[in-house]
Amino acid sequence: MEEIILIKLGEMVLKGLNRNVFEAALIRNIKRRLNPLGGFDVKTAQSTVYVTPREGADLDAAVERVSKIFGIAAFSRACVVKKEMNAILEASAEYLKPELLAAKSFKVETKRADKIFPLKSPEISAQVGEYLLERYPHLCVDVHDPDITVRVEVRDFGAYVHGPALKGAGGIPVGTGGNAAILISGGIDSPVAAWTMAKRGLELTAVHFASPPYTSERAEQKVHRLLARVGEYSGRMNLFTVPFAKVQEEIMAKCPEDLFTLIMRRFMMRIGEKIARRESCSALITGESLGQVASQTLQAIVCTDQASEMPVLRPLIGMDKLEIIEISRRINTFDISIEPFEDCCTVFTPKHPRTQPKLPELLEAEQALDCESLIEECVQNAVLTKIYPNQ
Amino acid sequence: MGEIYLDNSSTTMVCREAADKVMEMMTDNYGNPSSLHTKGFYAEQELSGARQEIADLLGVLQEEIYFTSGGTESNNLAVFGAAHAMRRRGNHIVTTMIEHPSVLNSMAQLEKEGFAVTYLKPDGSGKVKPEQVFRAVTPHTVLVSMMCVNNEVGTFLPLEAVPAAIAAAKAPALFHVDAVQAFGKIPLKPGRLKIDLMSVSAHKIHGPKGVGALYLRKGVHLVPRAYGGGQEKNIRPGTESAPLIAGFGAAVRALPEPGTQMEAMARLSSYCRQRLLEIDGVTLNSPEDAIPYIVNFSAGGVRAETMLHYLSAKEIYVSSGSACSKGKASHVLAAMGLPHDRIASSLRLSFSRYNTHEDIDELVNALREGLSSLTKKP
Repeated sequence: MEEIILIKLGEMVLKGLNRNVFEAALIRNIKRRLNPLGGFDVKTAQSTVYVTPREGADLDAAVERVSKIFGIAAFSRACVVKKEMNAILEASAEYLKPELLAAKSFKVETKRADKIFPLKSPEISAQVGEYLLERYPHLCVDVHDPDITVRVEVRDFGAYVHGPALKGAGGIPVGTGGNAAILISGGIDSPVAAWTMAKRGLELTAVHFASPPYTSERAEQKVHRLLARVGEYSGRMNLFTVPFAKVQEEIMAKCPEDLFTLIMRRFMMRIGEKIARRESCSALITGESLGQVASQTLQAIVCTDQASEMPVLRPLIGMDKLEIIEISRRINTFDISIEPFEDCCTVFTPKHPRTQPKLPELLEAEQALDCESLIEECVQNAVLTKIYPNQ
Repeated sequence: MGEIYLDNSSTTMVCREAADKVMEMMTDNYGNPSSLHTKGFYAEQELSGARQEIADLLGVLQEEIYFTSGGTESNNLAVFGAAHAMRRRGNHIVTTMIEHPSVLNSMAQLEKEGFAVTYLKPDGSGKVKPEQVFRAVTPHTVLVSMMCVNNEVGTFLPLEAVPAAIAAAKAPALFHVDAVQAFGKIPLKPGRLKIDLMSVSAHKIHGPKGVGALYLRKGVHLVPRAYGGGQEKNIRPGTESAPLIAGFGAAVRALPEPGTQMEAMARLSSYCRQRLLEIDGVTLNSPEDAIPYIVNFSAGGVRAETMLHYLSAKEIYVSSGSACSKGKASHVLAAMGLPHDRIASSLRLSFSRYNTHEDIDELVNALREGLSSLTKKP
């Protein structure tokens, strides 16, 4: 039986004149993610994208990938048949056989987009229902709360039979919203922040601060793996790993201990901004959530925000830790995030960090450092790694 | 003429890639994967490489793969672990009469603990019907354990019926699949089949003995069988056997493309069936649509063990029933309801990618000779 994936577009169908731009981006993203699997034709008509496998293509893997592409509201695996009633009847009995055998009640829903088809939707439903009752005498019809709903669609290129539609990733297609740079640690929050902004159509560049020899290869590896998971949604991205130990040592040596974290974060913003500008990004993204830790109080955010002239997107700012964890579990970054390796933020933590810092004292403390050249050195020595989505 | 090995469902020859990898891990890359230093890191890299290799083949996440000592341990961990985790939600389990002993004997133990187990009976060709599954699953069913491919006759079991049956009965049941004979041979996607737990083994696909894995779907809770230092996320603690695991990974990497391999195997298998049927007194016990890797047949009147040793003397290695039960009458063929003399004379051929049509010719010649000399009237 020939099977395809039918994709229903997300909120971009609400767009006006530039809807084409969104559709084109979605098609491009679908093709880009399915191409490595080999052998899929992707075409679009009537707000629906048709993904047709050629001989031997792995449809299971394609379904998995499609479920992670932003801009898709819902999709279903469907069986394709000729636009003839006999073929439709046969397909509805065979394609959902295990489900129909197991169910006690069912209903049929028909959508007829092709108005040339001689039967109207209710007539098609009635015929299919009758046929299924004949083939599966144990079933009864229940239009209110059926165990299974058999869906029939008669469209441009053929007729389709499928069960319940699957929920898509939502959002808008990556690449339609511009570029931004995510400051990524190895924790739970930043991958979720990256995912959240990719969902709103941003293309990502990543900046990670590493502190060898205090941090290990495992910590950098962990970031690669996290981004590969995010990449299943956002597509491939460039990661810049910034050697950060020298900056930390300098701050440790020359600034008050209780301001260490804030000054360090201000450096991260400035280095991040420089790299972001060089890579043509228009904003920074961070995983900050208000009040989560000492460096994320409103006063602390005022101080770090001032360091960058670029807009800083903080998609998690109003979320609880548990809400963030829920997303990280869903996008499969949680298990990696909780691996216990030291990262640059945990190597030199002050015993009592300040929660209500004042900007002037930070600016004064930074006078002790040669900020410009430290920043420049970091930007110059940042190492590029190309991150490809997990398979 | 060299040896002809036709017992690949018992175990396989370790492929060069896997053997080399095991050696390298024992002599050079010998660190403890849990050690924080670089020596440990390199060993851990090999571990996660192997994990990814298996995860990719199954289309699952790396962290859903847990390494064990093999198929038997994976099956025990899955069956007991799931039953014990689900104990409060019901006490009914569904399985089949033709499972591997590592599942059947675990079930027997669970029955002693108070679980009620329904064993589905196959028909004469070794098949279980979807309808049997629908009838067996109740709202109190907590586990359905079913193999993917039977190890003795090669039949496929109706896995696709299980999630439908669980959903229809509104049962809390977990779904375990013993995929030891199918893994690496047919495309098998736990996601598509809504499988919660799946057992696989390395030594059936040219990897080393003593290593296997359990796929455990993210979010499924399992009660472990052993307690220790946190390895494999405490599901299966104990210092990981890095050499064997890396060897497992190498064996998976060396697998040919699933599609092309299956075509070659189908040709070999149908050639074998055709040649066997040319011999008087031979009946096939594997149905037409069994996995091509396994051909079970009865050679009229000659006791299986006698024929096995006769062939063995000619360096042709086959199996009587399953190697695990060492000559005991096959519970699978008995469940299929075959007559006693057909069971007593049943032999199993199982192929690997290293077998050729010439191997089949040699076997058939030897079988003919054997039949005529062993049944000769005095």
